[in-house]
Amino acid sequence: MASVSLDHALVLAAILFAVGFAGLLTRRNLIVVLACIEIMLNAAGLAFVAAGARWGQADGQVMFLFVLAMAAAEVAVGLAIAIRFRQSLKSLDVDDADRMRG
Amino acid sequence: MTALFYIAAAVAVIATVLVVTRRNLVHALLYLVISLFAVAVVFYTLGAPFVAALEVIVYAGAIMMLFVFAVMLLNLHADSPRAVPRIAWLGPVILIAVLLAEVIYALTVETQPLAGAEVGPQAVSEALYGPYVLGVELASMLLLAALIGARHVAARASDEEEAAASMERGRASALQPAEQVATAGTPAAAEQGEA
Repeated sequence: MASVSLDHALVLAAILFAVGFAGLLTRRNLIVVLACIEIMLNAAGLAFVAAGARWGQADGQVMFLFVLAMAAAEVAVGLAIAIRFRQSLKSLDVDDADRMRG
Repeated sequence: MTALFYIAAAVAVIATVLVVTRRNLVHALLYLVISLFAVAVVFYTLGAPFVAALEVIVYAGAIMMLFVFAVMLLNLHADSPRAVPRIAWLGPVILIAVLLAEVIYALTVETQPLAGAEVGPQAVSEALYGPYVLGVELASMLLLAALIGARHVAARASDEEEAAASMERGRASALQPAEQVATAGTPAAAEQGEA
């Protein structure tokens, strides 16, 4: 019974990742795109923790901490880019930045 | 714990779908907080209380605060729809109430995690500062690099504005003597012409 639920934790991680990925592809607001990346990273961390719990080891949780640090670094740089984006393009629509110019 | 796991998983999926579908940016971010809380409850039911606490502190606390601050800095009032339906508070309240009831139930009635034995903070810390200590150092370097990079990227705009403003001032102060010279030069040239 327990292992069934742990398998379902992996299914939950897959669902959350898919929802985040769908949002990443469909939403055009840069902040929401960053939030969707957070959802996907969180789902990956959930898969790590579920795998760690499956074998009763601490390694999964350690990997989640690394994912956490990476997510914090990513969101700091991403939001700084969002602020620059807003200042230079006067919008938050990612489609406004479809050209690689200056 | 099995029922708690499935309820928290359902709350996580519902809240995440609402994050992706909401038009209002701040509402989407607040649903993301609920989603992270729900995943924290899932972690607790899986027997990882340390990671559940960190999920609440770092993800739902620090990272989402960063998001909300960025939204405040960006001043997005014009972009998001102003008219919020009065019933909008009901969804988050229901989801959070379900999670709160689950946490109370898990802490008081049913404390046995799904995996049999929970992996507590001590085991995680021993692994973190034992075989994974190099990863911890690399994570600290990554965070420092991100801090410097974020400061550099976000501050460049104001620096450029300052530089442009000082250039304007410099051009104005450079123009003024030139104009004086020009106005002073024309009578002299006229005199020369007369002579």
